[in-house]
Amino acid sequence: MDQKEPLVEVKNLKKHYKDSSRSLFKRNQSVVKAVDNVSFTIEEGETFGLVGESGSGKSTIGRSILRLTDITDGEILYKGKSVHQLSKQELREHRKSFQFVFQDPFSSLNPRIRIGDAIGEALLDHGLATKKEIREKVLEVLNLCGLAPYHIDRFPHEFSGGQRQRIGIARAIIMDPEFIVADEPVSGLDVSIQAQIINLFSDLQEKKQLTYLFISHDLSVVEHIATRVGVLYLGTLMELGSRDEIYENPLHPYTKSLLSAIPIPDPTVKRERIVLQGDVPNPANPPTGCKFHTRCPFAREKCKTIVPEFKEVEANHFVACHLV
Amino acid sequence: MSDNTILDVKKLSTHFFTENGVVKAVNDVSFSVSEGQTVCIVGESGCGKSVTAMSIMRLIEDPPGKIVDGEILFQDKDLIHASKKDLRRLRGNDISMIFQEPMSSLNPVLTIGEQITEPLFEHRLLTKKQAKQEAIKLIELVGIGRSNEIFHSYPHQLSGGMLQRIMIAIALSCDPLLLIADEPTTALDVTIQAQILELLKEIKEERNMSMLLITHDLGVVAEVADYVVVMYAGKVIEQGSVLDIFKDPKHPYTQGLLQSKPVLNQRKKRLYSIPGQVPNLIDLKPSCYFYDRCEHRMSICGGSIPEKMEVDDNHQVACWLYEKEEVRT
Repeated sequence: MDQKEPLVEVKNLKKHYKDSSRSLFKRNQSVVKAVDNVSFTIEEGETFGLVGESGSGKSTIGRSILRLTDITDGEILYKGKSVHQLSKQELREHRKSFQFVFQDPFSSLNPRIRIGDAIGEALLDHGLATKKEIREKVLEVLNLCGLAPYHIDRFPHEFSGGQRQRIGIARAIIMDPEFIVADEPVSGLDVSIQAQIINLFSDLQEKKQLTYLFISHDLSVVEHIATRVGVLYLGTLMELGSRDEIYENPLHPYTKSLLSAIPIPDPTVKRERIVLQGDVPNPANPPTGCKFHTRCPFAREKCKTIVPEFKEVEANHFVACHLV
Repeated sequence: MSDNTILDVKKLSTHFFTENGVVKAVNDVSFSVSEGQTVCIVGESGCGKSVTAMSIMRLIEDPPGKIVDGEILFQDKDLIHASKKDLRRLRGNDISMIFQEPMSSLNPVLTIGEQITEPLFEHRLLTKKQAKQEAIKLIELVGIGRSNEIFHSYPHQLSGGMLQRIMIAIALSCDPLLLIADEPTTALDVTIQAQILELLKEIKEERNMSMLLITHDLGVVAEVADYVVVMYAGKVIEQGSVLDIFKDPKHPYTQGLLQSKPVLNQRKKRLYSIPGQVPNLIDLKPSCYFYDRCEHRMSICGGSIPEKMEVDDNHQVACWLYEKEEVRT
């Protein structure tokens, strides 16, 4: 099946942040390994779901792929080209085909610019259309994203949270991208609005053959939208597989406990829950061996010292655990 | 109303008087909480669930807010007309509250110990030594080890989950009869949320405490609630036992909410979504507030506000669909 070349290929990605907070008495140079040796691919037309708790490095990965941040080591290939080695000129060309949708679109909109101008900004900036054409194009994407034509001359504060997220999406798709990184795009929204936005993502994917990297902490949302899922913990992939594999046959203890932690809106369902002890460890000082061993209910001696290999246990289902 | 009702909210209305007009944040809300019961108020942002909780605690800032009508009875004491002194005696003692953001609820320049012992001095009049012992016990009760070390540390040294545990410890310090928890797990990761929910359930059972939990998460509601109050645009649109609400929801909004939430292991091709958005609370029309978004709307719905009516034992809904034929026409 692996005949097709993947759209995005992430190879041994590492992103380390130096914490150079110096105090009067000590000079510590601790390194936070936000992303620590992560590899995965995204096929054309699929939705890759990246899940993890806060501090797991999911946003950093998304930003690295679009080169919104530098990387420490590793490689990211987009259609076979290394994204982090492109020249400024090439990068500018490249940027047209991939776009970003943020969690809070309000903070990424200038409060004094009409949303029609905000949406059309990228086209104008890239010199792709005349003002008149841009207006037409903006009206078209407004319609696609479920907004009304008269919204074009309004200001950001006149919109509700759900509408602002639609604006964020409109801004991304006006460039006719192939690939969109959506970072927690529905987290700040109410349930009834969240469903509208998730449906919008699905509709647009169908209409425009988009590929998504969908970053979220909410496993039930990801189950709904993703075709493949990667589970991150402290900057490392713990498990990777098709949606069916991850949700119906989770193998890593972390994935299992994440799934069991989600409250199910049905009072008659009584589940055996794996409640993890303790907090996510400090990423500046991660545990040795398997990073999850401090919270893992099944941890053994060797988990404390030996880093488990990220191995393929079934076709296209990868797990990093000694017990599998 | 049963005999062991400890909190009774009757026709509560809290309005905010703003430059743009009067916001009817809480509009004719009634429900009660009995001993040992967990009542959940659920709704989307702006539905008035937090303002309801704040009104019970009498924490509404005046101006711009004001409780304009209704009664709040706690063990038959009238809270709306209670004096400052009485309120002081009540808060943190008989009724305690925990909030969504534990980080911003704790004072950053005081140690955890100083903050846990404060209500102990205030309400239980303990000596310094007794208070410290009690505080250490409380820290252990909420599942944090190293209690002595934690006692002397500052909020910034602890994680969000730990801080929420500390908030719970402070809330429990005087053995409250009622704990009001406003979105206590919303800012936390799922694995930590699971820990906190387990903790709250355990403590509640152990102490036969009542709990009023405010949340937007239907999953959390299904897990902890005995009784559910669904709010929309400042009004209660449906209330009933947790089984009634989840298994036999009557109001189109409750039905829509339940259907639009993606649920683990129940895949749908497309999520159900309620069209439109919540109305502006300033210029509400004299119609059912859900009128614009409702699939089942009839002519009467656009003309008058439906009253709450009993559809089943202890299950009430405010919707014209359930009114008798004669009244509707």
